[in-house]
Amino acid sequence: MASSSFNPRQLAGFLAQAAPAVISIGLVLVAWELYANHSGIKPTVLPAPSRVFEQAMLNRDALLDNAIPTIRATLIGFACSLSAAFALSMLVDFFQPLRRALFPVFIVSQTLPLVAIAPLVVLWFGFGLTPKIMLVALVTFFPMLVALVQGYEATEVEIGQMLRAMGAGRWRVFILARLPSALPYFFAGLRISITYAVVGAIFAEYAGAAKGLGIYMLNAKNNFRPDLVLAAVGVSAALTLVLFGLTVVLQRLAMPWERAAGRRAARKGPQA
Amino acid sequence: MSRLELRHMRKAFGGLEVLADISLRVDAGEFVSILGPSGAGKSTLFQLLTGAEHGEGEMFFDGAPLDDHGRHFAFMPQRDALMPWRRILDNTTLGLEVQGLGRKAARTRVAPLFAEFGLAGFERHFPAQLSGGMRQRAALLRTVVQERDMLLLDEPFGALDALTRAAMQRWLEQMWRHHRWTALLITHDVREAVFLSDRIYVLSARPARVVREIQVPLPRPRDPTSAATRQAGVLEAEILDILLNLQPTKGHDHD
Ligand SMILES: Nc1ncnc2c1ncn2[C@@H]1O[C@H](COP(=O)(O)OP(=O)(O)OP(=O)(O)O)[C@@H](O)[C@H]1O
Ligand SMILES: [Mg+2]
Repeated sequence: MASSSFNPRQLAGFLAQAAPAVISIGLVLVAWELYANHSGIKPTVLPAPSRVFEQAMLNRDALLDNAIPTIRATLIGFACSLSAAFALSMLVDFFQPLRRALFPVFIVSQTLPLVAIAPLVVLWFGFGLTPKIMLVALVTFFPMLVALVQGYEATEVEIGQMLRAMGAGRWRVFILARLPSALPYFFAGLRISITYAVVGAIFAEYAGAAKGLGIYMLNAKNNFRPDLVLAAVGVSAALTLVLFGLTVVLQRLAMPWERAAGRRAARKGPQA
Repeated sequence: MSRLELRHMRKAFGGLEVLADISLRVDAGEFVSILGPSGAGKSTLFQLLTGAEHGEGEMFFDGAPLDDHGRHFAFMPQRDALMPWRRILDNTTLGLEVQGLGRKAARTRVAPLFAEFGLAGFERHFPAQLSGGMRQRAALLRTVVQERDMLLLDEPFGALDALTRAAMQRWLEQMWRHHRWTALLITHDVREAVFLSDRIYVLSARPARVVREIQVPLPRPRDPTSAATRQAGVLEAEILDILLNLQPTKGHDHD
């Protein structure tokens, strides 16, 4: 009943769900191609998608070479922010007053404009990996922390009461009930943050880096090569999609009961 | 000596007086019900017993003041409180795991009971894959397998449809005859209270006090086709009368 294999009906359902998105993206590309070819606009201003693709292929070594530092910064930064968010979420859950002390600080950290912060962080920490990791962590930390803290609080009151009556202490209650209750929130936060993470890394590179998609975009722009800028944008979009897909797969693996329960809910539409 | 005895328990949440004066006792091997209107404070009483809340008054277990909460009671909350992420087998072993039993030992203790609880074959299912009645039986299994001195059951069948509820009541009565648990049951179903109990306490609306204590002298098994049915009917009518004639409270709440 709870088979984990990907059966044909699921695949068909997935394709049916993806179809509208594929069609609309296709239409945009076709319109863009027609406009770029027939309006007389210069390719140095707006290159056609076919040209972008062609140039991406020609420069694929350079693109790959620059994508790797971006991926590294994204993943390391995200891992750091995830660990920090997890540790702090537990502290906040066990010592409620901490929440009132810390949350305002984090909220302020979220209002800082990246455009201003990124060059400063690069100025302070140089062109290496550190400032990238810090910026990725900055943009992903708070959403993850909030998701986790909210998730703990979503624990059913009755479950907590029952566990206490069974003789469980706070730590037991946390492990047995609060942590698993937070999983749906955690994954919702993960899906949002992972997209922020890529953007954060690119921003940091844009502000100064030896290598990376961000600096590649900046250089291409300065050389009047919008086709290469767009090619790099395509690579970063693909990267984001892959990471997003990974979180979805991870969630399916981590929460097998959701699928067991979710037949009815799944038909209503994609899960948030 | 009674197993459990409460003397003049009172409880208020802030300015809201919930329990005004509750005195009751439950003897060993006795099935006692608490019957009262919605919002009277019945669940609050269980919170006092399990130590989740503290009130005024005295509580005794086997003659000793009740202080070390949670050692005597196996508590089944008003909603089944099954963990969606645990398979049924692992839900039912929860109490044993908390008591420190290894997972394997806990499973071997619980597994033989699945047939008796009508859950055989569903050990590996998740709660969401079970019907309402099965979920309640799983929650009940999780409760009784803890082998505590006494069961606290908070409206175990309140959320079920009438047919399933009737079936579950018969099943529980039968189970109780085999196991003779000392049990305190909360309900607002008069028929359920009469069908299952040796004694019934009727509570007033909030702030709750005990308005009547009723013996249920019906023979067991409580066969619904026996001659005792008429006697049960008379008792039910009497209790319903008491409940309906409680002084009406302002802003009576339902939930
Ligand atoms: N932790 C709490 N804080 C404040 N008020 C509470 C709390 N718990 C319960 N109450 C209040 O106490 C009153 C009694 O609640 P309780 O849950 O004990 O009623 P009940 O008799 O179990 O009702 P029902 O039959 O509907 O389950 C309600 O008015 C409720 O709002
Ligand atoms: Mg209640």
